[in-house]
Amino acid sequence: MDTKAVKSACETCGHFNADGLKKLGIKTDNFDFVVALAGNPNTGKSTVFNALTGLRQHTGNWPGKTVTRAEGGFQYNEQKYKLVDLPGTYSLLSTSTDEEVARDFLLFGRPDVTVIVADANRLERNLNLVLQILEITDKAVLCLNLMDEAKRNNIVIDQRTLARDLGIPVVATSARYNEGVPELIQTISEVANGTIICKPHRIKNVPPNIEKAVKKLSAEIEKEFPGISNSRWIAFRLLEGDSQIIEALKTGELV
Amino acid sequence: MTKKNIDHIIELSNELRWQIGDDFHDNLTEGIYADAANIVKDSVHTEKGKKRFRLDSKIDKIVTSKTFGFPIMFLILGVVLWLTIIGANYPSSMLANLLLDTIHPALKSGASSIGMPWWLDGFLIDGVYLAVAWVIAVMLPPMAIFFPLFTLLEDFGYLPRVAFNLDNLFKKSGAHGKQALTMSMGFGCNAAGVVATRIIDSPRERLIAIITNNFSLCNGRWPTQILIATIFIGAVVPSSFSSVAALLSVIGIAVLGMAFMFLTSWALSKTVLKGEVSTFNLELPPYRPPRFWKTLYTSLIDRTLIVLWRAIVFAAPAGAVIWLISNIFIGDVSIAVWLIDSFDGFGWLLGLNGVILLAYIVAIPANEIVIPTILMLTVMATGISGGEGAGVMFELDSMDATTDILKAGGWTLLTAINLMLFSLLHNPCSTTIYTIYKETKSTKWTVVASVLPVILGFIVTFLVAQIWRLF
Repeated sequence: MDTKAVKSACETCGHFNADGLKKLGIKTDNFDFVVALAGNPNTGKSTVFNALTGLRQHTGNWPGKTVTRAEGGFQYNEQKYKLVDLPGTYSLLSTSTDEEVARDFLLFGRPDVTVIVADANRLERNLNLVLQILEITDKAVLCLNLMDEAKRNNIVIDQRTLARDLGIPVVATSARYNEGVPELIQTISEVANGTIICKPHRIKNVPPNIEKAVKKLSAEIEKEFPGISNSRWIAFRLLEGDSQIIEALKTGELV
Repeated sequence: MTKKNIDHIIELSNELRWQIGDDFHDNLTEGIYADAANIVKDSVHTEKGKKRFRLDSKIDKIVTSKTFGFPIMFLILGVVLWLTIIGANYPSSMLANLLLDTIHPALKSGASSIGMPWWLDGFLIDGVYLAVAWVIAVMLPPMAIFFPLFTLLEDFGYLPRVAFNLDNLFKKSGAHGKQALTMSMGFGCNAAGVVATRIIDSPRERLIAIITNNFSLCNGRWPTQILIATIFIGAVVPSSFSSVAALLSVIGIAVLGMAFMFLTSWALSKTVLKGEVSTFNLELPPYRPPRFWKTLYTSLIDRTLIVLWRAIVFAAPAGAVIWLISNIFIGDVSIAVWLIDSFDGFGWLLGLNGVILLAYIVAIPANEIVIPTILMLTVMATGISGGEGAGVMFELDSMDATTDILKAGGWTLLTAINLMLFSLLHNPCSTTIYTIYKETKSTKWTVVASVLPVILGFIVTFLVAQIWRLF
């Protein structure tokens, strides 16, 4: 895999240009990149959002607190980023309004970088969403948040192996204490500018008959829409009979 | 964007769907989980001695237990309210001293020294300024104590436990268990609570949660409850028990609100909003020690000041309106007196009075200004001394002065109790009504959500008044 492994904190410190960071609050005009913050409920997305933008979105220790999407901005090394804080969701295959907000934005808002915030204490369960998002986008960063709690729970995560397996950079943070946030910003900018090329994991353990059907269908989709990056995910959704996706394909919104 | 011809793709997908069978969704989900398990196996290691998980579950065993769950909930609510009631007293009277006793006379003499016409001086200083000053003096101290305490509890992770405790009750009333979370948000602000109902997937249960959110006492109403309870309920018991009595009566009103929430949810789910109760998973997050100073800072800046600002924005025009209706005369009575007189009969039936009903109309934009409006109108209607003329909220340097005004306005213990009930059961503020419309996109349900609580309020206060007068 030619994925560039995530740099260690020490390395990034040298690169991280603290003077280059400017929190822009709600000023999000003329941005160069759109960054989405996605993740399971109660993993600290809003805390990461606040740490990056200098805004004070209401945070609280309960799942489902953010129900609308919040936007803010920051500037790093002369480039402007618009950050979108999405409601927490366990899956992209769901029905409630708050989860739809997240799903629609990832699909139709086409962010330049998607930061997936995961709870380091519950990584396995969080990966369910991570793997789904990686089917949709190939520019993503995994923000392994709540590392302070993981440390207290004696959980050790091998970030290099994780980054290699997922094919995207992994940054460990404790956003509440601003730990790892500089590294996160640096990584976001490298992914946005194409310095880091992701090669995201694609779901492997699919039964052969389904895999065959998906291949056939996504080949057909790619023929109709050349250069589409998430044909496999669209194939999954079509096989499920997702009427919203069918509609979006018809109007060309997805491409 | 051009329309694409994708019929053949859809056709192919329909065909393939038949071939792969019904288990597609499950197979895919299982595939994702298997991948996740593989990845985690290689990169996550847990060392022995997972102590904190055990501590968390020990706390959970107590706070969500059948025996202790509810008592602990009420105890926490009680402590929070008690700290608010006790703590808000001193800063309130200090602020009243400063804004009403010192700055107001200074403004008045300043205005007369530059020869400001009486109507402009009255409109600006006696109307707008006094309404704003009153709102700050009454609202700021309790909010500055209540919000940080509430936010600390929220950061600690207590709210999902409340939802867990109440789940059974909500299920029995045919509503969604997550309504407990939106209810808790409503204790801060009903408009926020209505927006928070988006976490409920089923439209039926979401509608129930929206309609009944108003039964959560919001921050615009807590100060009213606390003030009236302190003045009237606190006064009927020996003074050493008065703050306890006030506290218990406020908790009683809050609990009554929850009872109405369950009853209304039940009635709605049995009649116009029939349907199955949906199941859901509620994650109990780990307890997190709140970052005390940061929480204090953000809840003061964000919640308290934003809510206060809203109150001021609405109080200023309301003050102007009150001054105007008190100073514009039709024949030989002012509009305000005329309105109060015509509401008095109906008010008497409800154990209230014309002033209170008029105040609730003036205060539709914001519940926060109900008490200041009542005081301004009472002073004007009774014409008691101390004020500087019609429609002027005059200097209130202590709670005693407030008591004197209200007693002069003919208030009894019944008026106080029914005001507390009516404050719980009346239409939502205009912001909440607008939010309900935005969330439901339905005029019908917006009207139901706005009118239903008022009707309940009329019925309850009427019954209480009739029974009270029997004895």
